[in-house]
Amino acid sequence: MKSDITTRDIDFLKEKARIIRIEILKMLTEAGSGHTGGSLSTADIVTALYFYKMRHKPKDPKWRERDRFILSKGHAAPVLYAALALSGYFDKSLLNTLRKLGSPLQGHPCSKMLQGVEISTGSLGQGLSIANGIAIGLKLDGLASRVYCLLGDGETQEGQVWEAAMTAAHYRLDNLCAIIDNNGLQIDGYCSDVMCIEPIVDKWEAFGWYVIDINGHDMEAIVNAFNEAETVKNKPTMIVARTVKGKGVSFFEGKVQYHGITPTREELERALKELGGDGG
Amino acid sequence: MEGKGQGIATRDAYGEALLELGKKRAEVVVLDADLSGSTKTGKFAKAFPERFYNLGVSEQDLIGTASGLSLTGKLPFASTFAVFETGRAWEQIRQTVCYSNLNVKLVATHSGITVGEDGASHQAIEDVALMRVLPNMTVIVPSDGNETRQVVNVISDYRGPVYVRLGRTKVLDVMPDDYEFKIGKAYIFNIGKDANIVAMGIMVSMAIEAARVLKRDGIDTGVVNMSTVKPLDTKTLLKASRACKLIVTAEEHSIIGGLGGAVSEFLSENYPVKIRRIGLMDDFGCSGPPEELLKFYGLTPENIVKTIKEVLT
Repeated sequence: MKSDITTRDIDFLKEKARIIRIEILKMLTEAGSGHTGGSLSTADIVTALYFYKMRHKPKDPKWRERDRFILSKGHAAPVLYAALALSGYFDKSLLNTLRKLGSPLQGHPCSKMLQGVEISTGSLGQGLSIANGIAIGLKLDGLASRVYCLLGDGETQEGQVWEAAMTAAHYRLDNLCAIIDNNGLQIDGYCSDVMCIEPIVDKWEAFGWYVIDINGHDMEAIVNAFNEAETVKNKPTMIVARTVKGKGVSFFEGKVQYHGITPTREELERALKELGGDGG
Repeated sequence: MEGKGQGIATRDAYGEALLELGKKRAEVVVLDADLSGSTKTGKFAKAFPERFYNLGVSEQDLIGTASGLSLTGKLPFASTFAVFETGRAWEQIRQTVCYSNLNVKLVATHSGITVGEDGASHQAIEDVALMRVLPNMTVIVPSDGNETRQVVNVISDYRGPVYVRLGRTKVLDVMPDDYEFKIGKAYIFNIGKDANIVAMGIMVSMAIEAARVLKRDGIDTGVVNMSTVKPLDTKTLLKASRACKLIVTAEEHSIIGGLGGAVSEFLSENYPVKIRRIGLMDDFGCSGPPEELLKFYGLTPENIVKTIKEVLT
């Protein structure tokens, strides 16, 4: 499905995604620990949500009619923190405190400490159930708000994900749109070697979901997929986003070792050069 | 101080109270995992089908969905059997409910060995320990139908995670008609000069019977219903301990980590006194009629009497 989004809009989103990648790399280098690969692979998706699709008010984080974003793969916290900061939920300088004692930017997102985080995550497999509960609650209240939930591909090895998959279809949660960051890698190696998750599209379709299969780095495809999901009735939508772990930095791309380690200062400089400047 | 006679199962009182609460408060939603007939949430489901969600046999999803509903301002009650709610979904309760301090009420039935014939797989003897260790969690174990009804209402006005432990079988009515349940406030039946029994759940009526027998035999024994295990009523505990020579805890739960654990932790630091714990002695339950199981595992007034006499005479 095509939307009326212009080339200029897409260029704006691409530039936002570039800045978000830069902020991710800077904060992770400063923190000295954290998850680089899976934060970079989701940068385009999260950018499209926070700067195009979602209705939200950074100055009124609990606005009743807002759309909700649940980061089920909580280890990609840096991408969420960058999106929240750039949206205006808190000052960008806070990003430098990631993972430090006393910082609201916990290693994995904590809703009690940071405005804009809907629910604490980090233990994999739980986000989709929570998203379902929110989607049911919004429908009970007659609100048109939508719920977005981002999962990792390795995360779908958790049994609870499939419990939640059944629930969303059973209760016809068409106000729910989930996204799988299908970068093909998990901590111990390729998903296909560790625990095969294929056929990923067939599985979600068999569970009663409407599935959209896209290139998760093609901003136009991402935007169109979110728009298409909004037109689906009586069933939840799953966007299978084919992504590259570490996307945007050539020497991180597709490398399993960058799941849970951070750039050195030297790597950061090279990475920033590739991304075309430090983003200010 | 005597029990007031045959009452109802706490799960039945829950089913009735939940239905009444549903009539009063539109934000109440109820979730179950394919056991609504047994947990008695079925009554609410029948009256308010649009506010009842069956998740099927999936306890982890049950907790997550309830959590999501609480995030939209609903007041979710999530019920299933105690062993599955607190055991299978423990980490969901930890990560999502407690860490985020959500307003989710976990009301589990079929706790302890009085589940009976279904056997050890269905008999939660660790649930209080599992819930008590979690920050932000409140743990309540009502002793009879009256107290259960009040607990349902009181926790609906309290913001934050609560675990309520209920049973399958009928229990004696023990609490007085004018009793008012408050979170964190134990009920003192009386304070004894020789021993005091601190009990929860079905063991309260047995403690009352044991105290009656002991008094007849010249041992002045008091009874405290510690229905809130967390936060523990330490003031009442100190009062009871200072008054006597022996504290006995009585619970239909492992002696490790539950009421006996909580009382021992507090008193060993604050008022070391002789303590004996009555409960499951680091053992699983088994199949059998509830009454026979209680005798087999020593959860009886006779065993409480014997334990106190052994220490004091």
